Amino acid sequence: MTTETTTPAPRAADEPPAGATPRAKRRASGHLRLLTRRDRVTLGLMAGVPTVLHVLLVWVTALASIALAFTTWDGIGFDSIKWVGLDNFRQLFADNPQFWPAVEHNVIWFAVLIVIPTPFGLFLAVQLDKRIRFSRVYQTAYFLPVVISMACIGFVWQLVYNPDTGLINSLIGANRPGHYIDWIGDPDLNLWAVLVAASWRHTGYMMILYLAGLKSVDPSLREAAALDGANEWQTFRGVIFPTLRPTNTVVLVVTIIEALRAFDLVFVFNKGAQGTELLSILVTNNIIGESSRIGYGSAIAVVLLVISLAVIIPYLIATFRKERRA
Amino acid sequence: MSTITVPLKRRAPVRPARVLLHVFLAGTALAWLAPLLWAVFSALRPYSETSTKGYVSWPDRLSLANFTNAFTQSDMAHYFGNTLLIAVPAVLLTLFLSSCVAFYVSRFDFRLNLALLLVFTAGNLLPQQVIITPLYRLYLLTDLPGITASGKLYDSALGLVLIHVAFQSGFCAFVLSNYMRSLPHELTEAALVDGASVWRLYWQITLPLCRPAMAALATLLSIWIYNDFFWALVLISTGENMPITSALNNLSGQYFTDPNLVAAGALLTAIPTLVVYFALQRQFVSGLTLGSAKG
Repeated sequence: MTTETTTPAPRAADEPPAGATPRAKRRASGHLRLLTRRDRVTLGLMAGVPTVLHVLLVWVTALASIALAFTTWDGIGFDSIKWVGLDNFRQLFADNPQFWPAVEHNVIWFAVLIVIPTPFGLFLAVQLDKRIRFSRVYQTAYFLPVVISMACIGFVWQLVYNPDTGLINSLIGANRPGHYIDWIGDPDLNLWAVLVAASWRHTGYMMILYLAGLKSVDPSLREAAALDGANEWQTFRGVIFPTLRPTNTVVLVVTIIEALRAFDLVFVFNKGAQGTELLSILVTNNIIGESSRIGYGSAIAVVLLVISLAVIIPYLIATFRKERRA
Repeated sequence: MSTITVPLKRRAPVRPARVLLHVFLAGTALAWLAPLLWAVFSALRPYSETSTKGYVSWPDRLSLANFTNAFTQSDMAHYFGNTLLIAVPAVLLTLFLSSCVAFYVSRFDFRLNLALLLVFTAGNLLPQQVIITPLYRLYLLTDLPGITASGKLYDSALGLVLIHVAFQSGFCAFVLSNYMRSLPHELTEAALVDGASVWRLYWQITLPLCRPAMAALATLLSIWIYNDFFWALVLISTGENMPITSALNNLSGQYFTDPNLVAAGALLTAIPTLVVYFALQRQFVSGLTLGSAKG
């Protein structure tokens, strides 16, 4: 399993890396000629059923989000759908007091994750990569929060932050009337409190990704650097970090996506009340809240979709292009 | 040179830098476990004791009473059952369907494969909230009288299974097609020349070779689907039908009346994931880094 630790799986060794495509194509058509009618039907179903399911539930709904964002609809009959142009967006940008804070919080979420837990995860990975004893034990401890559900993490951190009974206030003596520090309720504090929990989890995730990246660094590079008399920091800066480029790309994309997806933790914490609004929370509250406005909720989702695709598409195109070349 | 220094280094008695590193790593590990240990500690203490002595105090009594109470009072077994009913079909179906697509893409169609994979993988990376508003309406509008208890796709286990399968199959198809492409082409070619059907090629020749990748994905999927909070929160309306992770939110308001019970309840929901993680750690980590494009 060790060879597949980086994204693209290696091709079979017997295939020449370059110029393999025409041969492969000929093979494919050769395959197809051998197929019976029944085989063709089987193949059609094998490719078709999953594609229809995925496209219908993920892409058609994503496109429907875009279409509905320009309409109002009560959700009952299709004939009540009314085209309103950019009204939903106008309202969202100009009148919704929660929208810009939400955007700001999503940006802060990303900034914090990329500035604190990501380098820390890299640091831990570099230390654990030194073939030290108990490496596995340490890894397990750092990675544990990634395995547990975000909802459960939310509850665990509530026990830490609770103003009356929580660990922090009990330790610093702030759990008496008049001295309360309300980590969850105070709009100036709660985002940072949630971000501590999010960073706690993100560190382990980043550590595992970097550890896999470091395993694929050619050991002779390190030896060469050592022979040249480079110290640990110089080796890392000049040799190791540049070779981690593919991992860094993955890490960046994963972190952006995590920041856009952030939801469970905040919802369990305080349902996205003042101070912790996020785009994902606004979309959800629009559905499960009292006044569900389909077009308006879709407009928020479109903002989220546009940001996501701006990250996802260039990344995937680069990945797939690299793969085709490989 | 390096062959000499390496054994020398290993034999060197105590290097202060190494000791310092271990102190740092162990300290960090402890700090990382602290919130969980705090939850365990709170859950083990009776409420009566913590309410008089405070939570940061030396325990007089430790017992599992909070765990048993949290489990029985809220009928947690029922919600674990719901999860099982959703997660098992979802994992199996995802693996089956995504391996079908991967097989097709990696063995037969070389023009379509990139486009198809791109669509699948990009879909999997989208935030769930992007599609939820139309999905919610679609589920409400889909009438399935007699098939689901609610008569709709909404508020049914079937609906949750379908969205899990649709969403997760993107990632799995990507990983599996990469894996299948690394298998030698001669294998399937020879079988095809011998007159084996496409189905046999897939089921009896390709799939058995993909066992390591499938095991890794099965581990990942089980944990992801078990941990999912959002789909059920929106697509299930009856509290009784919720899987355990999403039910936790309601249960904590209704039954877990004090922090000790909340701690016990939350920890109970973490146990299955921890068991899977410790038993299949290798599969989990290799799966995660196998297609590290996953968010």
